[in-house]
Amino acid sequence: MFNIPLFPEQASGFAGRVDNLYFFITAVTAFFAVLVVVLVFVFATKYRRRHADQVGVPVHGALALEITWTLIPLVLAMVMFVWGASVYFALAKPPSDTMEIYTVGKRWMWKFQHVTGQREINELHVPVNKPVKLIIGSEDVIHSVYVPAFRVKMDAVPGRTTTLWFTATKPGRYHLFCTEYCGMKHSGMVGWVTVMEPQAFQTWLAGGPASGNMLEAGQKLFTDLACVTCHRDDSGGRGPSLKGLFGTTVRLQTGASVKADENYLRESIMSPQAKIVEGYQPLMPTFQGLVSEEQLMQLLAYIKSIGPTGTAAPTATTAAPAGQPAAQPAAAGAPATP
Amino acid sequence: MDTATAAPRVDYLENGHTWQSWLLTRDHKRIALLYLFGVTFFFAVGGLFALMVRLELLTPLGDLFEAETYNKLFTMHGVAMVFFFLIPAVPAVLGNFLVPIMIGAKDLAFPRVNLLSWYVYMVGGLFTMGAVILGGVDTGWTFYTPYSTAASNTHVIMTGLGVFISGFSSILTGFNFIVTIHKMRAPGMTWFRLPLFIWAHYATALIMILGTPVVAIAIVLVALERTLHIGIFDPTLGGDPVLYQHLFWFYSHPAVYVMVLPAMGVISELIAAGARKEIFGYKFVAFSSLGIALIGFFVWGHHMYVSSQSIFAGLIFSVLTYLVAVPSAVKVFNWTATLYKGSISYDAPMIYAFGFLGLFLIGGLTGLFLGAMGLDVHVHDTYFVVAHFHYVMVGGTIMAYLGGLHYWWPKISGRLYPEGWARFAALVIFVGFNLTFFPQFLLGYMGMPRRYHMYPEEWQVLNVLSTAGASILGTGYLLPMIYFTWSWRKGPKATANPWGATGLEWTIPSPPPTENFIETPIVTAPAYDYAHQEEHVA
Repeated sequence: MFNIPLFPEQASGFAGRVDNLYFFITAVTAFFAVLVVVLVFVFATKYRRRHADQVGVPVHGALALEITWTLIPLVLAMVMFVWGASVYFALAKPPSDTMEIYTVGKRWMWKFQHVTGQREINELHVPVNKPVKLIIGSEDVIHSVYVPAFRVKMDAVPGRTTTLWFTATKPGRYHLFCTEYCGMKHSGMVGWVTVMEPQAFQTWLAGGPASGNMLEAGQKLFTDLACVTCHRDDSGGRGPSLKGLFGTTVRLQTGASVKADENYLRESIMSPQAKIVEGYQPLMPTFQGLVSEEQLMQLLAYIKSIGPTGTAAPTATTAAPAGQPAAQPAAAGAPATP
Repeated sequence: MDTATAAPRVDYLENGHTWQSWLLTRDHKRIALLYLFGVTFFFAVGGLFALMVRLELLTPLGDLFEAETYNKLFTMHGVAMVFFFLIPAVPAVLGNFLVPIMIGAKDLAFPRVNLLSWYVYMVGGLFTMGAVILGGVDTGWTFYTPYSTAASNTHVIMTGLGVFISGFSSILTGFNFIVTIHKMRAPGMTWFRLPLFIWAHYATALIMILGTPVVAIAIVLVALERTLHIGIFDPTLGGDPVLYQHLFWFYSHPAVYVMVLPAMGVISELIAAGARKEIFGYKFVAFSSLGIALIGFFVWGHHMYVSSQSIFAGLIFSVLTYLVAVPSAVKVFNWTATLYKGSISYDAPMIYAFGFLGLFLIGGLTGLFLGAMGLDVHVHDTYFVVAHFHYVMVGGTIMAYLGGLHYWWPKISGRLYPEGWARFAALVIFVGFNLTFFPQFLLGYMGMPRRYHMYPEEWQVLNVLSTAGASILGTGYLLPMIYFTWSWRKGPKATANPWGATGLEWTIPSPPPTENFIETPIVTAPAYDYAHQEEHVA
C-alpha cells in the first residue's frame, strides 16, 4: 500500500523505445506548458488593471510572430509523428523467426495455445529474449491483449486474425489485461505473462499438460473436414494446393493479388466465396459455424506448416523452391479443374 | 412577436410569466434558458454517475457495486455528459442567447425551429432517461459492436434512440446558426468585425450539420443489427465490426470540436474583455476555428491504431492528427499574447479563463502523446486517455462554459452574483479538477485500463487521490449552482455594461428587451475596439 509505483516496469524490447518517445514528448510539452503559464503569470501581474476604466494598449498582432508559433509547433509535431510512426512500424513488423502462440479471447478469459500443444488460460508462459508472436482471434466480441510492461496492445476482433509480437527481456510475472470493454467481467479478463529463462521454459513446456501438437490437431481437422479431398498436395485437386502457400502472393480471379497471411487463410475458410484463386471455381462451402475459433487456429497452424519442405504428408511432386509463389502451380493447374 | 411589439422595452424575462409564455416562446433568449435548465439537469445526472464511479474505484476490489451496475454507471455517465451536456452546453445555452445579439439581430433566423430543437433535445433526453430508469445500458458511451449488437442485454436501442433524436436538435441548431450568421448581421457587421465567439459558433455549426447525420446512421445500423441481424457488423454474416468504429468516430471525433470550439469562442470573449484589448491576431484565431473544424473531420482513425486498421491508414490519421494540433496551439499563443500590455482584470470570468488556459493546455498537449502511433499503442484505452479527454472536455469546455455563464450572467439575469464566491468556486474547481485527473495520467501510463470495475491494488493510492479530487470538484460545481440560484432572485441589479466591455450585447439593457434592439444597430468598428471605446459610447 505504501509502495506507490509511478512508472511501469520495462520488460520488453519495445519498452525502452516507447519510453524514450514518451520522455521526448513530455520534455517538449512541459517546455511549452511552462512557457505559457509563466507568460500568463507575468502578463497578468505586470499588466493588471490599476484603475477601473483603464483599457489595454492596442496591439493588432504580428505576422512574424504568428508564422513563428505556427511553424515551430508544426516542425515539432512532425518530429513526433515520424518518431511515433517508426516505433509503430517496429511493433507491426515481427521478425521471421518468432515463436508463435495462438491466442483466443472469449468473454471473459484469454486462451493460449502453444504450437507444441500446451494450452493455458489467463496465464502465458514465454521464454526470455526470444521473439514471440501472438496470433489473435476472438470468439465473441472485441477484446484487446495488453501487457503494460511490454508496451504492446492489439485488439482481438471477431472475424479477423490480428497479430502482436514482443521480445521479453526480463524474467518475471507481468500483468495481462483485456483493454477493449467486453461486458460484465471485463475487469476480470486479466491474467499474467510469465517470462522464463530458456532452460526453465523448456522444462515448463515438457512438464505441461500437452493436449496434442497443434499441427497434428490441425492435420486431423484437415482430414476430418475433408479439406484434403480438394486441396491435394499435387495441383490436380478441385481447389488450389496449399503447399508452401503461406506468405506468398496469390493471384485472384478478379486479377487482383493478395498476400496469403493469416487473415487470408481465415477468410478463405470462413467466407470462401470472398476471394477466388485464379483458375478455380467457387465450389468451396463455408466452414462458418463448423469450426471453432480454436480449431481455426489449429488449421492455420497446420496450413502454415505445410511448406514445400514441411512436415506435411509425404509428397511426390517436386515443389517449387521456397520463396517462389505457390500461386503459379495453382494457376498452371487450372485446366484440370472440373 | 405579437405580444412583444405591444410594449417596447419590456425585458424578455418580464414578457409573460405563464407556462405557455416559456414553453411556447420563440424568443432565443428564453429558449437559451430552457436549454440552461435542460443541460444543468443532465450535468447533475451525469455528475451523480461520475461520483458513484469514483466511489467504487476507492478500493481495488469491486465491492460497492456489482460489475454490471458499475458498467452501467460509467456508460450512463458518458452518455449523459457527452450527448446531453457537453455537446449542447455552450452552443445551445450561450450561443442561443448571444449569437443573434452579438451580430445585431432580433432573433435567430428560424425562431420556431429553435424552439423545436429544444423539444427534440428534451424528447431525446427523456428516451435516454427512460432507458436509465428501466435498467440502464452497459455498452460504454461508444456503443462498440459487436458487443452492443450481439452481446449486451441492456437497453441499447432505447438509449441509442435518445441519442439519435437529440442529434436532430444539434442539426437544427447548427442550421439555424449558419443561416443567421450569413443573413442577419446588422449593417456594417462585416465578417471580420464579428466577435470570435461567432466565428467559433459558425465553425461548430458546420460540424453539427456535417457530422451528426453520420452518427445517427451508425446508431440506426446498430438498432437494425440488434433487431433484424442485417449483418453489417456481424462477421459471421459477412459484416465487419470495425466498420462501426469508423462510422462512430467519424462523428465523435469532430464532436469533440463541437464541445471545444464554442468554448474557445467564449474564451476569446473573456480574454478580450478581461484584458480590455482586441484579441492578438484576430484573423488567425478566426481561421484556426475553421481549420480545426475542417481537419478535425479527417483524424478519426487515431482512435483505432490497435483495431487492426492498416498501417497506411494509421499513418495518414496520425499526420493529420498532428496537423489539427497546430491551430489549437496558435489559439493558445494568441490568447497569451493578448494579455501583453492589457488591462488585466481578476474578475471571476477572467479567473475561469485562466483556469481554462491551464487545463486546456494540459489537455491539448497530452493529445500529442496519443497522436504518436507507437506511443498510443501503449496508452490506448487506459486512464491516460481518460485523463486526456477529461482535461479537454471537462477542463476546457466546462471551465469556458462556467466562465461564459459568469461573464454574461448580468446580461442574462439582469443581476450580479457574489464576486468573492465566484472566484473561490473557480479556484476550488481548478484544484479539484487537477487532483481528480492528473493522477489518472500516471495510472494510465502504468497501464490501468479504462472501464475497469476492479484493479490491481498497487494502484490504489493514486485512485484514492483521484476520488478525493472528485469530491472537491463536485463541491466546486455545486457552488455556482447555489449562488446563481440566489442571484436570480436576490442578486443586486446589474447595469447594461458591468464589465466595461465592447460588443453589441453590452449596448442593450440587462436583461435585454424581447426584441433585443429597439433600432437595428449600425456597426462602424471592429470587434474589441477598446482603444476607441469612449468615442463610441460617448
